Amino acid sequence: MNRALSAVLGRLVIIVPYLWLLVFFLVPFVIVFKISLSQTAIAMPPYTPVLGFGDGLPAFWERLWELSFENYVWLTQDALYFNAYVSSVVIAAVSTVLSLLVAYPIAYGMARAPASMRPTLLMLVILPFWTSFLIRVYAWIGILKPEGLLNQFLLWLGVIDQPLLILNTHTAIFIGIVYSYLPFMVLPLYATLEKMDNSLIEAAQDLGCTPLGAFWKVTFPLSLPGVVAGCMLVFIPAVGEFVIPDLLGGSQTLMIGRTLWNEFFSNRDWPVSSAVAVILLLLLIVPIMIFQFAQARAQEQGR
Amino acid sequence: MTGPGGWSRFNIVSIVLGFAFLYLPIVLLIIYSFNESRLVTVWGGFSTKWYGELFRNRGLMDAAWVTLRVAFLSATAATVLGTLAAIALTRYTRFRGRILFSGMVFAPLVMPEVITGLSLLLLFVAIGLDRGFLTVTLAHITFTMCFVAVVVQSRLLSFDRSLEEAAMDLGATPAGTFFQVTLPVIAPAVVSGWMLAFTLSLDDLVIASFTSGPGATTLPMKIYSQVRLGVTPEINAACTLMIAVVATVVLIASVLNKRREVQRQRDEQAARRG
Repeated sequence: MNRALSAVLGRLVIIVPYLWLLVFFLVPFVIVFKISLSQTAIAMPPYTPVLGFGDGLPAFWERLWELSFENYVWLTQDALYFNAYVSSVVIAAVSTVLSLLVAYPIAYGMARAPASMRPTLLMLVILPFWTSFLIRVYAWIGILKPEGLLNQFLLWLGVIDQPLLILNTHTAIFIGIVYSYLPFMVLPLYATLEKMDNSLIEAAQDLGCTPLGAFWKVTFPLSLPGVVAGCMLVFIPAVGEFVIPDLLGGSQTLMIGRTLWNEFFSNRDWPVSSAVAVILLLLLIVPIMIFQFAQARAQEQGR
Repeated sequence: MTGPGGWSRFNIVSIVLGFAFLYLPIVLLIIYSFNESRLVTVWGGFSTKWYGELFRNRGLMDAAWVTLRVAFLSATAATVLGTLAAIALTRYTRFRGRILFSGMVFAPLVMPEVITGLSLLLLFVAIGLDRGFLTVTLAHITFTMCFVAVVVQSRLLSFDRSLEEAAMDLGATPAGTFFQVTLPVIAPAVVSGWMLAFTLSLDDLVIASFTSGPGATTLPMKIYSQVRLGVTPEINAACTLMIAVVATVVLIASVLNKRREVQRQRDEQAARRG
């Protein structure tokens, strides 16, 4: 094979995935934005104007003027959407903090485990991630129901004499999110904690720090990159989560992923669901940037 | 409590509790799939009758077949694209639009599925592609290739580049170097990338619901529509089978990986002695 051909092949390594992502990732967002400015119509596709260059440039220009921000105005007028955004962010934030509290001791324990056991422990954390998300959320329905296994167990223990109502409440959503996203939190935490130099903690303790003091002053600050990465990996998808609020949260739970789904599948209002998606994306752009930045930095350090 | 660096009782307890939390729901689900009683939470004795029911349920079986085909095709394409993307990101540090490219590779990892699903559907409508098997497959390639890219990229970053340089010095072309040196070394990561893409595609409900059309109902979509009507032992059985399939694949892969690792160590020792 000659050099020139190799150079072309080398370029293709970049061009092929680049083009794919442009067409199937970036262009769709442009289309979402465009349709969010259109109006609902009873047609297929159910919106108007249908923008295309097929009818020549003048017609295209004319239709461009038919676009409007009406859907966005509509989103601000109906309190439903505002409440859904706020409650999604709050639910995601609370779940993220809870995940951190649950995941940190696990990751810490794993990092402290004898080196020979670590690969097995790591494997055990990743394994549930390989089983279906839907199945794992579904499994909690049987546990949390009023006549479910948790209530049966607690009644049997005599801790409670009335079944607890957990399913269809926010508590159920918190449990669902913490449970489903736990590996995403544990893995980055473990990655930073495992690399940490134990002699630093020994030094702190030799200098008179209590174990807890050493943890707060040495271990935790050093694990911050893992904390940030883990929190972003949980928070961002949790804001737009659909399956968990739908199956565990009951009908009165307001979360934006679910609102978008209903707007699209039940009301068949494509323009409004596009507008909901655009605002959701704007809401998530800062956390996504933080995540990208953390990723890029980790990559530079790995080099 | 033992001293620093040791494994304290607190560490052990938190790991045990953490793993109990992770595994108990799945174990309970599997146990109750063998429940005789139709009431899911009341134990009525051991039975495999729900598995029989499951195999007689044509709708579920068709959906399972569609899902497996979509997962196989999309994982294979996503592995090729994801591996290329990983190479582009690690080996070409400077090219026009690199920031946009790395953004497009990492963003889908955290992008809410409702947004990905909706945007892909609108694309398919805009270009006049009928919703069905093809559109689900294209959508799955797109979101799983980024996971493959991340897995392969981490392997490429820890890879000793002097091996590649040595091959080039000895007169290998870049393509030859890739196939004879780089690919064999990153192969385990490529394989686990494929498996990750396969299971992600197998599991996906939201993106598939948006991008699929009549005749291409996937298993998660089928399971979801039944779950909304209530928990049934039949679905427990279907879930248990899905878990069994995934567990088998992961187990085989880890055994193969272990064997390769042992072989590699043996080769290295032989090389050192010889």
